[in-house]
Amino acid sequence: MEHLELFFKSIFIDNMVFATFLGMCSYLAVSKKVSTAVGLGAAVIFVLAITVPLNWLLDQYILKEGALVWLGPEYADYDLSFLSFIMFIATIATMVQLVEIVVEKFSPSLYNSLGIFLPLIAVNCAILGGSLFMQSREIASVGLAFNYGVSSGIGWFLAILAIAAIREKIRYSNVPAPLRGLGITFIITGLMAIGFMSFGGMLTGGDEEAKEEKTVKIESSDETEKEAKDIADNNIKVVE
Amino acid sequence: MGLLSKKDSKLILDPLADNNPITIQVLGICSALAITAQLKASIVMTISVLFVMGVGNVVISLIRNIIPSKIRIIVQLTVVAALVIIVDLVLKAFAYELSKELSVFVGLIITNCIIMGRFEAFALANGVWRSFLDGIGNALGYGIILIIVGFFRELLGSGTLLGIQVLGDPIDKTGVYAFGYENNGFMLLSPMALIVVGIIIWVQRSRNKALIEDH
Repeated sequence: MEHLELFFKSIFIDNMVFATFLGMCSYLAVSKKVSTAVGLGAAVIFVLAITVPLNWLLDQYILKEGALVWLGPEYADYDLSFLSFIMFIATIATMVQLVEIVVEKFSPSLYNSLGIFLPLIAVNCAILGGSLFMQSREIASVGLAFNYGVSSGIGWFLAILAIAAIREKIRYSNVPAPLRGLGITFIITGLMAIGFMSFGGMLTGGDEEAKEEKTVKIESSDETEKEAKDIADNNIKVVE
Repeated sequence: MGLLSKKDSKLILDPLADNNPITIQVLGICSALAITAQLKASIVMTISVLFVMGVGNVVISLIRNIIPSKIRIIVQLTVVAALVIIVDLVLKAFAYELSKELSVFVGLIITNCIIMGRFEAFALANGVWRSFLDGIGNALGYGIILIIVGFFRELLGSGTLLGIQVLGDPIDKTGVYAFGYENNGFMLLSPMALIVVGIIIWVQRSRNKALIEDH
C-alpha cells in the first residue's frame, strides 16, 4: 500500500517536470521528436532507478548525523550531511560513466538507442533532484527509495513524451512568429502543469491509514493544508 | 580606454539581452522556475549563481590545460559542488529561513545547465579574465529573468514586493484593494512561472525579429 501510494504520488502528484521543474533543460532541448524523447526518458528512468537507492544507502550509512555509528560508538557524533551534494553528484557522475561502459560492452543495441543520452544525464537536474528530494523527504527504506527513483523517472518520461508529441503536431499550426519554438513550449508546459495539478486530490482518501508513517504524515498534512487553502480561496471567489 | 575593452564588455552585455541564457540558450530553467514565487528568493538565487559562476569559470579556466578531456565532466561537477556547498553553508548560517525555503534548489545549482554549459562552451577554451567576465555576464542574464519573473509573481500574486505591501492592505481594504482589486493567488502556483517566462520570450522576440525560430 505504501509502495503503491508513493508510486502514484511520484508519477502524478509530485511529477518532476510539472510540480518541481526538474530536468527542464533537457526536457526543452530534446523534445523536438518523439523518438529521441523516448530514448532520453528511458535513460532517465534507468539512471534514477540506480542512483536513488545508491544515494539512499550513502546517506543512511555515511552522511546522516550519527550514521557512522556502525564503525563504533565513538563515531556517533559525526554529521557529514554538508558533504551530501558533492557525494551525490560524484556517485551520479561515476554511475553514469559506469553504466555507459557496461551497456556498451554487453548490449550494443541498447547502447545505440540509449548511449548518446547518457552523458547528457549526468548534468540533468532530475537525477540530482531525485536524490536530494529522497534525502529531504526522508524516504524510509531502500525499497521505497528504489520505488521513488523508478516512479519519478516514469513521471519524467511521461512528461517528455507528451510534450514531444504535442510539439510534433504544433509544427503544423499557425503560432504567432515570436512564440514559435521555445515560447509556445513554455506556455504549453504551463498549461499541462495546471492540468496535472488536478491529480492533487487523488490520494487524500488514504490519509487515515497513512498517519502511522511519519514521513508520509508530514507530506500529507502539508498537502491537506494547501488544499484547505485552495478550497478557502475558491469559497471566497464563490461568495463574491 | 576604460577598464574593459569593447570586446570584453560585449561578454558581459550580450547575455543580458540577445544571448540570454534562459530565453535564448535555454539553459538553467529548472531553478529559474521553481523559486520565483517571491522576489527575495529570486535575488538570493541570483547572487548565489553569480558567485558560483564567477569563481567556477575562473577555476576551470585556470586548470583547463591539465584536465584530461575524458573525465572533464566529473572534474567540473566536483568544482561546482564544492562552490555550492560554500553557498549552502553561508545561506544556512546567515539566512536560515530563506535557505529552508529554497530547499533542494540550492543544491540543484550544481546541475544548473548554465554553469556546465558555460564551462564547456567558454571557460575550457578561454583565458581567466575573459572567462570571469563571461561567467558574470551569464549569471546576470540569468538573474535578470529571475528577478523579472519574481517581481511580477510576487506583485500580482501576493501584492507585496520583498515582503512589503506595496498595493495596500488586502484585509483593511486600503490602496488598490479599496477599488475591489484582488490578489491573483494563481500567480503563486508553479505553472504560472512557465507562462510568465513564455510571455517574456514573446515580448523579447517581438522586439528583436532576428531571434525568431522557424518552428
